[in-house]
Amino acid sequence: MKLQQLSVFLENRPGHLAEPLELLSRQGINLLNLSLADTAEFGILRIIVRDWQKAEQVLKDAGWVVKLTEVVAVDVEDRPGGLAEVLQAAGRAELKIEYMYAFPLRRNDRAALIFRFEQPDRAIEQLQSAGIHLIEAEELFAAVE
Amino acid sequence: MLKERWNDVEGGFHPASAPDYLPEEKLREVQLRRLRVVVKRAYDNVELIRTRMQEKGMAPEDIKQLSDVAHLPFTTKLDLRDTYPFGLFASPMSDIVRLHASSGTTGKPIVVAYTREDLEVWAEVMTRTFASCGLHRGDVVQNAFGYGLFTGGLGAHYGAESLGATVIPVSGGNTERQLMVMKDFSVTAMCATPSYFTHIIERAHDMGMDMRDLPLHTGIFGAEPWSDAMRAHIEEGAGIKAYDIYGLSEIIGPGVASECAEQNGLHVFEDHFYPEIIDPETGEPLPDGEEGELVLTTLSKQAMPIIRYRTRDITRIIPETCACGRTTRRFRRVGRRSDDMFIIRGVNVFPSQVEAALLQVEGTLPHYQIILTRENGLDQMAVEVEVTPEVFSDKVRALEDVRAALAKAIEHIVGIRVGLRLVEPRTIARSEGKAKRVIDNRSL
Repeated sequence: MKLQQLSVFLENRPGHLAEPLELLSRQGINLLNLSLADTAEFGILRIIVRDWQKAEQVLKDAGWVVKLTEVVAVDVEDRPGGLAEVLQAAGRAELKIEYMYAFPLRRNDRAALIFRFEQPDRAIEQLQSAGIHLIEAEELFAAVE
Repeated sequence: MLKERWNDVEGGFHPASAPDYLPEEKLREVQLRRLRVVVKRAYDNVELIRTRMQEKGMAPEDIKQLSDVAHLPFTTKLDLRDTYPFGLFASPMSDIVRLHASSGTTGKPIVVAYTREDLEVWAEVMTRTFASCGLHRGDVVQNAFGYGLFTGGLGAHYGAESLGATVIPVSGGNTERQLMVMKDFSVTAMCATPSYFTHIIERAHDMGMDMRDLPLHTGIFGAEPWSDAMRAHIEEGAGIKAYDIYGLSEIIGPGVASECAEQNGLHVFEDHFYPEIIDPETGEPLPDGEEGELVLTTLSKQAMPIIRYRTRDITRIIPETCACGRTTRRFRRVGRRSDDMFIIRGVNVFPSQVEAALLQVEGTLPHYQIILTRENGLDQMAVEVEVTPEVFSDKVRALEDVRAALAKAIEHIVGIRVGLRLVEPRTIARSEGKAKRVIDNRSL
């Protein structure tokens, strides 16, 4: 349910996204998911990989600024209103969402969403007590590999 | 006789300009006499100078010839800052009639004092500046140098008045009003920083106004480095002759040196300021013609005599006599400095100030670079800062906050709006030895 997400600082210039990704690919590190937050001047590449310790080291060694953040993977039904239910539960529990992104993975008509909560542990506790299903990291990686 | 020429003959020179034409022997005699007086005055009244001379085993009487100036201790900008506010004053406050200050960009400003006689000298050297740029009684001078603590505005003001010209004290800014005044009052000469004047030309162009149709014939430009290319641009764009003047508040303000009609080097008003060129590394004096750092000693100042001030400006004395007939020595216009200070919109900025601001926000000093450009005639300052793990966040908002905090801290210390860009680590070129902090892309 808690995943380690790596964030990498990127300048918003042509070709810059490719560099860290190529670096990881050369090390045989597969991306489970990727999202990109950008402004006119800079971007933040957020990635989830199984071997995040190795990925972090590889990126750092190459001089990239990397930050580790705990994110929460939430399991929702892939149907209209699936996401809304999670958001309603989060709202009732007054959980502060910094950002979120959807997961491309689909299995059994369910989708995975990645949430960056202000307080991940409290979020997990509240969502679970609201009956929302959270996905374990291992379960996610197994599903794609 | 001089006065008659001034009054009657077009192109004649102002009587105050007589010292610019002294025979060399006579000029050196005046300089030595004044040097001995000023050194004694400084020794007797300024503790810092007395202590430094004593450390070198020197007394004022040891100045027997002009070359003895080379034995005197240097004064630096740091000395002026360390003795802030009154530590270098050689006159009692009751004799001081004016105080000015530098912009204070390095934390504390530098205070400079003038006695009534000092102000007379200042007006005189500025009169000689204007006369040397071909101005006369009858000219209408629009003074767009800033009035206030900055020495530019009032320095030029009293000089132009003393010349007998009509002065319009508009000060800086409000470009449309500058153009209106220029047109409505039939202004013939303009004082401004060259970058601001370029901006005025562009604004005029945008307003569909051709400055070449105005009676304006002369521009007096100073307070920042500029080039012959920019001079050509200004002269062409405004249909004027553009002259470079030189000065610094530590010495007096504007009025230390000025170009003449030849526009080929700046004549030092040598009877008041003694120029030397030294090797910036060793401090050893260099002969005329060789490039080095300009060092100035005030020869007549009372309130704040300055001995061997290291200007950090790199130039060389032009040994040949000038075709204009003046016998005072000239130096090449200043293009670069021996320290890392740069001037932007008339404000002196040190990279160390930017460092202080970055340290304040980040806690540790990140790699950074200052990039200077000129857009629409106005100098722009951008700072590129490498993102460190300490400030990096996965949240866009948090990074934007860091960016804004860095920009604000720099703007607060430097006093100029800066563009701030966060860049990836190791994107700023590392150099061996001293880092190149400032990339000056202003096309000078």
